[in-house]
Amino acid sequence: MSFVRLTILASALLTSLVGAAQTQVQAQTTLRIGIAEDPDILDPSIGRTYVGRIVFSAFCDKLFDIDEKLNIVPQLALSHETSADGKEMTIKLRPGVKFHDGEPLDAEAAKFSIERHMTLPTSFRKSELASVDHVEVVDPLTIKLVLKTAYSPLIAQLTDRSGMMVSPKAAKEAGDKFGLHPVCAGPYKFVERVQQDRMVFEKFADYWNKDNIHIDRVVFLPIVDATVRLANLKSGGLDLIERVLATDIKDVRADPKLVLSTAPELGYQGLTINIGNDKTKGPLSQSAKVRQALSLSIDREAINQVVFNGEFTPGNQWVSPTHPYYQKAFPIPGRDIGKAKALLKEAGVSLPVTVDYMVPKGTEYEAVAQVVQSMAAEAGFDIKVRVVEFATTFKQAQAGEFQVFQINWSGRIDPDGNSYIFMRSKAPQNDGVYSNPEADKLMEDGRATSNVEERKAIYGKLTKVLLDDLPIIYIYHRTLLIAHTKKLEGYRQMPDGLVRVVGLKFK
Amino acid sequence: MLNFLARRIAQIVPTLFFVSVLIFSLQQLLPGDPALVMAGEERDPAAIEQIRQQYKLDQPIPVQYVYWLKGVLTGNFGESLRNKMPVRELIAQKLPVTLQLGSMAILIAFLIGIPAGIVSAVKKGTVWDYGANLFALWGISTPNFWLGILMIFLFSIHLGWLPASGYVPLTEDWRASLAATIMPAFVLGNAISAVLMRHTRSAMLQVLESDYVRTARAKGLSERSVILKHAMRNALTPIITLGALELGTLLSGAVLTEQIFSIPGFGKLIVDAVFNRDYAVVQGVVLVTATVYITLNLVADVAYILVNPRLRG
Repeated sequence: MSFVRLTILASALLTSLVGAAQTQVQAQTTLRIGIAEDPDILDPSIGRTYVGRIVFSAFCDKLFDIDEKLNIVPQLALSHETSADGKEMTIKLRPGVKFHDGEPLDAEAAKFSIERHMTLPTSFRKSELASVDHVEVVDPLTIKLVLKTAYSPLIAQLTDRSGMMVSPKAAKEAGDKFGLHPVCAGPYKFVERVQQDRMVFEKFADYWNKDNIHIDRVVFLPIVDATVRLANLKSGGLDLIERVLATDIKDVRADPKLVLSTAPELGYQGLTINIGNDKTKGPLSQSAKVRQALSLSIDREAINQVVFNGEFTPGNQWVSPTHPYYQKAFPIPGRDIGKAKALLKEAGVSLPVTVDYMVPKGTEYEAVAQVVQSMAAEAGFDIKVRVVEFATTFKQAQAGEFQVFQINWSGRIDPDGNSYIFMRSKAPQNDGVYSNPEADKLMEDGRATSNVEERKAIYGKLTKVLLDDLPIIYIYHRTLLIAHTKKLEGYRQMPDGLVRVVGLKFK
Repeated sequence: MLNFLARRIAQIVPTLFFVSVLIFSLQQLLPGDPALVMAGEERDPAAIEQIRQQYKLDQPIPVQYVYWLKGVLTGNFGESLRNKMPVRELIAQKLPVTLQLGSMAILIAFLIGIPAGIVSAVKKGTVWDYGANLFALWGISTPNFWLGILMIFLFSIHLGWLPASGYVPLTEDWRASLAATIMPAFVLGNAISAVLMRHTRSAMLQVLESDYVRTARAKGLSERSVILKHAMRNALTPIITLGALELGTLLSGAVLTEQIFSIPGFGKLIVDAVFNRDYAVVQGVVLVTATVYITLNLVADVAYILVNPRLRG
């Protein structure tokens, strides 16, 4: 008898659970976005993660934004003008913009935000805004950034976290805890965050572009496992997911309820060579010919086919072949084992050349490392792949405990953001301690001019120098893979990988 | 009894102190620099230096420990390096989630494991016994993540009955909360039920052969009454202790399951904290887990004494 009662009770409970799950699926005033990690703090001055930038784009507008072709378009600003000597940038602000707490976004507030990025002790924006000497208020809706030296990538910095505006009132009250309850001027406002579980945002009624906001709530759910993320999208538990695995593309395309959105990424995957900090003085660090031999032994298209089903883009420069600054005069070299062997012979090194090859843990990274290993072996390299947990790689990289470090960079829209910090002498992320006065000068010149044609010519010369020296061997550029339900309309993927919610609606 | 309790409680303090010293020194052995890990892609030397100073990472380890211990004694567990949340708040957010998941898992384990154990002991050598053993073997040897993904495919994608992952607090919507936790609880409970079944079986077999059971049968009691009223009560005491300990293990041992079902519990918290070198969080969580574990142990011991008068004295 009791067993019968228990069965009835259990089935009643189960039915009600199923009911609960299905009501959840039907509610469509909420956009549920599955992200690959739990972001760090939601403060644009202190934020450091790529995934954090995705969340910011739902609630924290910037002075400028980008379009699909990487053109810079106004967002909270209306226009900008740079003086002839490149040392002053005047920015006109959009009138009538309010922060989530009702405070107005005027020139004083914009000045405050930029100064906060520049002066908050733990700010990670300091180096991005290092060229700015001070900010002046010209009139209630105009600010002027006065620079120490001309710095053309500045406008690009203002399309990212450095250009995000925060409410001065809220920021002053919260100090460095601002990120726990961020107050910005974006389309949605912060409601709550449960660590590792969800971040909830609701429509901001006074948003400057409110006519293009059609969804009431946006919820970000960190789901680390890519398979589970996709399973949630398929079951209707999520509406959009980022970072679909290349190996799952077929599956997504075959599903009539799903849409795949793609864009070429701004970043790259490359092999950083330890040139100036290699204590063992291995052949790779001592001879550019050996580095060229390694580069020639790699079949980039084959890596793309084998590991990524041909969905990514092979590359040989710090920007992808689709980028406006890609130097077409230096195309991707084909694999040439004969030439690689000849170069090794010319360099006079004894074979095989042993290489300590560090790669962060991760299925795709490790697969690439193994393919490189077997390709390079044919030319005479003995690559010892060393898989290191991600958190440890940076420390070892800085300490010079590697000969090759396979690492990706998420990328910035200005070519300077993909080159300077990695290859300029003494730059913070120049782990290979590469130093070439000629390259240094060209990188400085690239920063000083804002004329696009002149800059392209400078980067052409720089490409020549860097492809000869090869401090970094570029291999491929990922394709940003975002999948969403067919019910979601108006989604457009930009090359920066961020998920823009303005203009989205449910059918 | 009071003496016993006093002695046990007095032991807790040095144990926790030892645990805290151990975890503090062990995590210093982890390679990597917390400030560098925190900076990630944005390695600005000035900002990194600032982080080191702010979180006293530039101080000698014993000094860091003293700072931390001082904080703990005043109820301040420090703040997360990664997102500046007070560790105390993080723990308060996660502990109820883990306790809910753990209790449901243990309940499921008891509901499956004990009846299966009893049946296989009573019907020893029959097809029921083999069936139950096979089930136990399956439960112990099935990896959690595999069973979890399989269940998601069946119940969420194929049938569409349950949400694939995520968590809803009990207080917000109890039905949605149960719907979100039933699959992970089953996955966890399934493995434990196998252990419980094996223990129940051997305990029951032992009890069933004892004199008092033979006496009970000789008195002419029904088999049902012999098993449920006489044999089971005695056999179950160690099983309940085992259950309490398993619950303790679940506090931080449900990592994989929490990861697959995106349940924001203790396991996920500590694993993420270790990968991010978020020392304050690791220390806080380990300390709380140890405290709960020790308390559960104590409760189990006390319960043992309460049900078994021979141990009093």
